[in-house]
Amino acid sequence: MSVMTGNEAAATAAKLARVQVIAAYPITPQSPVVETLSAWVESGELPAEFVAVESEHSALTVCIGASTVGARVFTATSSNGLAYMNEQVWWAAGARLPIVMCIANRALAAPWNVLNDQQDSMSERDAGWIQLYCRDNQEILDTTIQAYRIAERLHVPVMVCYDGFLLSHTMMPVSVPNAESIDAFLPPLAAPLTVVDTADPRNIGPVVMADPRADQTGVVRPGYMELRVMHQRALLEALKVIPEVDAVYAEATGRSWGGLVWGHLLDDADVVIVAAGSLATQATVAVETLRSEGIKAGVLGIRSYRPFPADAVRKALAGRKVALVFDKALSYGYEGPICADVRAAMLGADSSPPVFGAVCGLGGREVGPEHVADAARRAITDADTGVSIRETDWINLKLEG
Amino acid sequence: MSEDEISMSRPSVGEAGRTGDWRNSRPIVESAMCLAVKQGKVTCQICWAYCPDGCITRSIGPVIDLTYCKGCGICAQECPAGAITMVPEAEHGVCALDETSEGEL
Amino acid sequence: MATKILDLPDSSFVLPGNRSCAGCGIGIALRQITAALEGRMVMTVPASCLTVLGGMYPVSSVDVPWVNVAFPSTAAAASGIAAGLRAIGRADEMTVLAMAGDGGTGDIGIQALSGAAERNEDFIYLCYDNEAYMNTGTQRSGLTPAGARTTTTWAGKRENPKDLPRIMEAHGIPYVASTSAAYPTDVYDKVVKARGITGLRYIHMNTPCPSGWGFDPKDTVRLGKLAVDAGLVVLYEVEEGVFRLTGRSASLAKSGKLRTSVAEYLATQSRFRGMDVAAIEAVQSWVDGRWAGYVARDAEACG
Repeated sequence: MSVMTGNEAAATAAKLARVQVIAAYPITPQSPVVETLSAWVESGELPAEFVAVESEHSALTVCIGASTVGARVFTATSSNGLAYMNEQVWWAAGARLPIVMCIANRALAAPWNVLNDQQDSMSERDAGWIQLYCRDNQEILDTTIQAYRIAERLHVPVMVCYDGFLLSHTMMPVSVPNAESIDAFLPPLAAPLTVVDTADPRNIGPVVMADPRADQTGVVRPGYMELRVMHQRALLEALKVIPEVDAVYAEATGRSWGGLVWGHLLDDADVVIVAAGSLATQATVAVETLRSEGIKAGVLGIRSYRPFPADAVRKALAGRKVALVFDKALSYGYEGPICADVRAAMLGADSSPPVFGAVCGLGGREVGPEHVADAARRAITDADTGVSIRETDWINLKLEG
Repeated sequence: MSEDEISMSRPSVGEAGRTGDWRNSRPIVESAMCLAVKQGKVTCQICWAYCPDGCITRSIGPVIDLTYCKGCGICAQECPAGAITMVPEAEHGVCALDETSEGEL
Repeated sequence: MATKILDLPDSSFVLPGNRSCAGCGIGIALRQITAALEGRMVMTVPASCLTVLGGMYPVSSVDVPWVNVAFPSTAAAASGIAAGLRAIGRADEMTVLAMAGDGGTGDIGIQALSGAAERNEDFIYLCYDNEAYMNTGTQRSGLTPAGARTTTTWAGKRENPKDLPRIMEAHGIPYVASTSAAYPTDVYDKVVKARGITGLRYIHMNTPCPSGWGFDPKDTVRLGKLAVDAGLVVLYEVEEGVFRLTGRSASLAKSGKLRTSVAEYLATQSRFRGMDVAAIEAVQSWVDGRWAGYVARDAEACG
């Protein structure tokens, strides 16, 4: 058992996954990932190509290039770095490359803020990556390794998200699996779908028209929409693959993370707190407090945010008194993204409870178990008085806006 | 997952169709004036070298592929012997498939 | 020994019936670039005319491995492909060639290129400079010459173009060259030379464009050569910091003078219509100053 930060856990996972090309640009709070990996590459501890790129856009581009020829790649970023590489985030997904990227979640500018919230990865939720959220450093290590198997199975890139500073810089006990068990779990990357071969010269990623078009042998090939639908179907298949991979990993290491979602004291819960990331861990402390007050509270942790586990959420929330969804982000002009998705999933479902939203932690605003518990008490009161639609509950706002 | 889930084209002549249909005039070779023909060997080859579309053969007397020749006129302009002339398509009408312009010996 | 036309190999990697404009300078050059690399290459191509030349899915028109990439990213994509090939033990199989236009190289792509050059990444970067953003309809680029009218410089561009080869020289890379699509043997030789060098090799290739420059397509080669005779385009290479003029530019230097005035060159293309005498003289004096510099560098190197 080691003690390490979330960033070290991410770097350790990349090492265990035997990544072959690393390209990353430093940004708070991800920088130690890059520093650690470059030290290991220089010492020979990790025999990989380390490309000291000059920007995040180039970091993901180098990964796209290397992945296209069949190398296993790794990158990581946060906040504005992720925003900068946004074009390439879409590219990697549309190109169906099995890239794994860790995100040390941090608030987006403007204004500048280096502290944690989940706005950065949430802003990429439409791009067609798998998004997995980690509740602690052990999960970061395990999930990053799992991410390669998922990505390479489905040809969909995976973002492994963990809270900046709260996890990235906090030391926690982490059990590091031995190389043999991970080598068995994650064999070397099989030949990529992309063909870069002078014996079979292909033009990869060209202009694709709206409609299907025949090739020179008369075979009709997909149009843009068909390609995108195939991509979407791969993401939906991930709903099965993510739990499968988690189960195989559990056999290899003894640790499972619940697949798509996980529950804490969920079985008989009246009020369910829904959250992703370390906040969900804090929620487990909150529900223990609430339980001691006689309130039957439970936690539904969102591990896979994309693909969105709609069925699992419907099953978990059916018949409850109220669901309170926490977001550390906003879809500005509407509401918290996880809340919006949960509410949409519950529409028309049997025995759907009112779904209330709480937004917390923006720009590193403190949120602790007592804030969560208070919000849950407010949610119960509102549900008891028959409220079904309610404005966003702002958690720990300190001045009137 | 099949190869069709990603877009990877294979090369072929005529990707843009019969680009010969683009032209307003076509190159006509006067073989008797061609330096390679006059010397009976592969010499000069300027027209072959400068064709942007690779429609001209490297040979004793050029053979121009009229299915794809876009009629840019560079070959006619650059021929040091003036052996190639650009003649308006209106004088020829639609060209048959696989027609070439190689001139009469 | 400079290669002559008759020595060029008869390769056919660029297939007829592609989507480039009639008389496109890129086609002339690409035939020799692929020949020089014997097709043992993988190209990274950003959004540009070249993308269109490459074809629409599912048919392509160039018989070499080719990866399309996002507009600003050409040099980074090439870096990634090179790193990936090394990582999987296939680096010896093919040369990595990044080929982008002037916009994709000197404007939106310059950051990635500068980073790749500073790291001395191992690939050839070839910029085909048609002096504007041609693929999107002839908007000005940082490489558009002074006086040229484009759809974003309707009264003629005010600024002189960026000197990209000099910028690349400042990165200390092992090989920098300037060539022209109108001299395909010069292009061929420079790519052959670049192929034998490790590290970042940068080749800047002036590429006449009948559609964007406003001239009859038959004159692509003639005007490309005229630009060299006027000193607006200079053929040279810098190998490990040692400068030498090549081909026609070397002959011009030896002869002691340029063959054509800037005015004569500008008169051949409708993009320069409307340039007044003062503007033309300004370009002439800019060219004269630069040409004197090249001649001096060449003399210094040759002793």
